[in-house]
Amino acid sequence: MGHTRNSIEVEGLVREFKKGPRAVDGIDLHVDPGEIYGFLGPNGAGKSTTVLMLTTLLPPTAGTARVGGYDVVKEGPKVRSVIGAALQEAALDPLLTGRDHVRLQATLQGIPRTERRQRADELLTRVGLSEAADRKVKGYSGGMKRRLDLALALVHRPSILFLDEPTTGLDPQSRTALWDEVGRLAREEGVTVFLTTQYLEEADVLASRVGIIDHGRIVAEGSPTVLKAEIGLPSVHALPAEEADRARLVEVLARFGEPLGDSSKDVAVRLREGLAGLPAVVRAVDDEGVRLASLEIQAPSLDDVFLAKTGRSLEGAGENGARPDA
Amino acid sequence: MSAIASQIGAVALRSITRTARQPASWIPPILFPVSLMFVNAAGLDASTQLPGFPTDSFLAFALAVPFIQGALFSTMNAGTDLAGDIQTGFLNRLALTSMRGSALLAGQLGGIILLGLVQAIVYLLVGLAVGVDFASGPLGVIVLLAFAALVSLGFGALGSFLALRTGSGEAVQGAFPLLFVFLFISSFNAPRHLMEVDWFRAVATANPVSYLIECVRSLIVIGWDGQALALGFGVAAAISVAAIALSAWAMQERLTRT
Repeated sequence: MGHTRNSIEVEGLVREFKKGPRAVDGIDLHVDPGEIYGFLGPNGAGKSTTVLMLTTLLPPTAGTARVGGYDVVKEGPKVRSVIGAALQEAALDPLLTGRDHVRLQATLQGIPRTERRQRADELLTRVGLSEAADRKVKGYSGGMKRRLDLALALVHRPSILFLDEPTTGLDPQSRTALWDEVGRLAREEGVTVFLTTQYLEEADVLASRVGIIDHGRIVAEGSPTVLKAEIGLPSVHALPAEEADRARLVEVLARFGEPLGDSSKDVAVRLREGLAGLPAVVRAVDDEGVRLASLEIQAPSLDDVFLAKTGRSLEGAGENGARPDA
Repeated sequence: MSAIASQIGAVALRSITRTARQPASWIPPILFPVSLMFVNAAGLDASTQLPGFPTDSFLAFALAVPFIQGALFSTMNAGTDLAGDIQTGFLNRLALTSMRGSALLAGQLGGIILLGLVQAIVYLLVGLAVGVDFASGPLGVIVLLAFAALVSLGFGALGSFLALRTGSGEAVQGAFPLLFVFLFISSFNAPRHLMEVDWFRAVATANPVSYLIECVRSLIVIGWDGQALALGFGVAAAISVAAIALSAWAMQERLTRT
């Protein structure tokens, strides 16, 4: 298998559901061994459907995917032997304890009986659940459930880890703790991580490369730095003090760059001349007699990349373009 | 122990642990049938005076019913547990392991059989406590427990099938009253040969549940009745085989993993 051992290779992957549009519409991607790949997109973009196909839980309609060097359609059991996955909902049994879960998972993954107890202790300690290990999961917080979910995905020491929106609904502290552990896995253990998220910050902090998916298609791919550099120019965001001035403000700002979509809050344009154009913007707004409630300059973000590629902002894009089954 | 046996054991242990930690899922299946038996026995005791009634203790006659009623509860428990696993995504978690679908089904059913046996032992003890004499003796008790296990397997597999097809605990619970109707249109309260209403006797004769009850009843009040045993075990085995085949197919459909 050589270099493909911990990699993910996808070509023309498609998934169609009955009476529905294509949830995944011919995506190509490659994830290198030991890389953290962020799969970013709004709700319904096709992220989870892609994960289900790559983890062998959903057969693709067309295309090919090899995970860890194994074909996801023809070699499902081999794929499952090298991957770990924490899917979108932390699927745990509320009546079992954390330790019960790890032992069950270890047995089902074929870990020898003599190693199960030690492996359970080791994993529960690693995710900070050793004290809560013998409590029923129904008493766990959202963060604890997510950490247990991660521990379960690691029971059989997988070389590739799929995390489907692992921090959705978590408080900032739990989110940071999970990021630290995921980063450590990739850095110290060489685990390849395929991470879906709708949080820009998460992709920015964790991922060495990002794929942006929208309506089942990858619209941009690269490292966060490179993607943001492609957008290059900063944007100015102005909020009129009087709503009646909004139309005039739009007209004034449009002279200085490309408008950045519709927003009920502020009016934004990407500054054609970069920061050097800012004084002229301020003067023009003043000359027009438009009073502002706020004025902000923003460096390019992944949201700008998404906006540039799709014409929509990532925040709220799910509501406009979501597919119920994706 | 082989890998598959370990997997079956682990799933069965989980099923038992879940049930043990959830009193609402094991207390009613024990209390309700026993209570119903005592109520029926109190109200219908005079039926034992009817010529041809097989015993002079209605309690002994009615003791067969909890065994089947308890197994019906197993249907619902097995089904709602499995449907819950589907709804929460726990089944996907299991599907991501190296476990086979057949091992998952066998484990679930193993747990149900064990719980069915525990229920049966409780019913037996209740019977002994109120003075019921087991006409078939100690060997009959063993046969009775084996039959209870088989019936639990059949109804448990039926519940699993419903869960796997619908993926909904509500749908499984919705089907439960329908199964209960089969109990009430059987020979659960009177021997078929003493039923005077023709249509009811015909329905009870066509109803497989009658043969399950009569098998248990024969061991308690008659002794060794080859025909009742053959019919009872035959019906229970047929239900089990059909329900397991349906469940195995439904499991394959549900686990769409490649």
